Amino acid sequence: MAVDRSLPTSEAADLLDLTVSLVEEKIAPRAAVDERQGLFPRDLFTTLGHSGLLGLPYPEEYGGGGQPYEVYLQVVEELARGWLAVGLGLSVHTLACFPLAGFGSPNQRARLLPELIGGERLGAYCLSEAHSGSDAAALATRAAATDQGYRIDGAKSWITHGGVADFYTLFARTGAPDSGAKGISCFHVPAGSAGLAADAPERKMGMRSSPTAVVRFDGVEVAAEARIGEEGQGFPIALAALDAGRLGIAACAVGVAQAALELAVGYARQRRQFGRPIADFQGLSFMLADMATQTEAARELYLAAARRRDAGRPFGKQAAMAKLFATDVAMRVTTDAVQVLGGYGYTEDFPAERLMREAKVLQIVEGTNQIQRLVIGRHLSREA
Amino acid sequence: MGVQGGRPPAMNIVVLVKQVPDTATERKLNPADNTLDRASSDGVINELDEYAIEEALLLKEKHGGEVTILSAGPDQATDSIRKALSMGADKAIHLNDEALHGSDSLQTAYALAQALRTTEFDVVVLGSESTDARTGVVGAALAEYLGLPQLTLANKVDIDGGTIRIQRQTDDGYDVVEAQLPAVVSVVEKINEPRYPSFKLIMAAKKKPVTKLDAAGAEIDPAKVGLANATTETVDFAAAPPRAAGTVVKDEGTGGVQIADFLASKKFV
Repeated sequence: MAVDRSLPTSEAADLLDLTVSLVEEKIAPRAAVDERQGLFPRDLFTTLGHSGLLGLPYPEEYGGGGQPYEVYLQVVEELARGWLAVGLGLSVHTLACFPLAGFGSPNQRARLLPELIGGERLGAYCLSEAHSGSDAAALATRAAATDQGYRIDGAKSWITHGGVADFYTLFARTGAPDSGAKGISCFHVPAGSAGLAADAPERKMGMRSSPTAVVRFDGVEVAAEARIGEEGQGFPIALAALDAGRLGIAACAVGVAQAALELAVGYARQRRQFGRPIADFQGLSFMLADMATQTEAARELYLAAARRRDAGRPFGKQAAMAKLFATDVAMRVTTDAVQVLGGYGYTEDFPAERLMREAKVLQIVEGTNQIQRLVIGRHLSREA
Repeated sequence: MGVQGGRPPAMNIVVLVKQVPDTATERKLNPADNTLDRASSDGVINELDEYAIEEALLLKEKHGGEVTILSAGPDQATDSIRKALSMGADKAIHLNDEALHGSDSLQTAYALAQALRTTEFDVVVLGSESTDARTGVVGAALAEYLGLPQLTLANKVDIDGGTIRIQRQTDDGYDVVEAQLPAVVSVVEKINEPRYPSFKLIMAAKKKPVTKLDAAGAEIDPAKVGLANATTETVDFAAAPPRAAGTVVKDEGTGGVQIADFLASKKFV
């Protein structure tokens, strides 16, 4: 039941073919067992790097794939269909590269981007803190100017790839403690910097193969040229990155919903009760029809937002709508998939319950769905 | 190709690639002329040919040189040629002529031999059979037409100077077969693990040269190819019979014995 996609070019179609091969041969077969054991599949990200999938939306001159978001996001969707930890991992890595690609100096880009997007390095994005989640501008991690650059002190929470990343894209306060959104700057911090350490990963409800950890910066010294953009430009950079990142989460959500839909349809066609497949019973086929319709609508919504972005038009409102809608759809569709599988759906012998646990996190990350509504509402009240 | 000491001279390697119907889809024959209905299913690279491409790329990585894809087939074979190029081959020759339609294994080998005469090569690598016709004779026939040594069913290939040595897979082990280059080698799937294309190679494949060749260009005698001149004929075909219902063994204390008896009757144990 492969998704019938309209793609802009033949190389994009080949790229999706390559992605589907990787998902079906290398990625999906490991998801259930590795998730149960909480194993982080670092080798799969190396494979993605070899295949050129770690820098798809970034310029070819720096080793990227030069692909529009419309194409990159469908790759993310396919990966998430196979295993959310991998699809979301790629989305987070792409997010971590965004500030440097979009706001780095020509010198920084030439020096750092090729190894970030053209190779096998994996990134992490450090914005949230224990007391600064939805209220991101309240962050307290401090970057104090020194003779050579900056000295960073603080702790970042909920960091995907915390402890396993090769570099950290960090937002820290360079202004006074009460400087708010205007006092934040963005930094590129390599793993292995003295004073940088991660706590033990959080014990999560799902996506246990994707490490989420507190990352601590205790007097980490970075050079002045580690700063991306101007002092005080960090918050607008973070928001721009999140607009794009939200589309990545929407694509992940559609992938998870698609996996649940395929599982439920396959099961309902094969499971027989009262002498016929349960898919032939209207009560159940209507559930499947709703699941398919919602998944398709969510896909088209994120793609519409992506095409706006690719065309250089504002897309923040549409990205928030896509993230809100697609992740709510993923939650409903995965919950219904458990229902379609009945008792089997509630066991670990089938992936339905895992998909349901995975869907939940997508309603929370990169702006809770309440924050998405806030973003959309602000657009509505302020737009001309 | 002589040994000149130090690094051996770079090699020209040609890989024969056939587009076949995807084995995962339903495949049909055309009732009008009993030939394969290529339009009815998706075309993919013959699976064993991917191993042949991988082996050619490994040989190139070791010895230097160029890998050329040679494919005979209709227009849609360009998809498989592009896939082969995106695995890392350097260029391709596409032999495409309506006159070739319906050619059997022998005629195909003749046509490929003629096409090979348009290019330089030290070694020709191909899969030991295709998943559609499964005759497994094209490699041998091709070597005969070219007057070259054939080394078939290789699960290991080594080239040292002008000498090629393979392990020829047999039922109980392997034979070591050696010949002088140029030569024709067919490979089995135990030989390697084909690589995935990378997106950079997918992009690069679009710019790699594909030489279009028709029958006249390859100096193929039209009287020797095509359905009308085929040396073999498909006289009839039938759909595979639907799978019969399995036997259900109800365990009333002797289930294990019955299963063991069944396996023994089929010589599985």
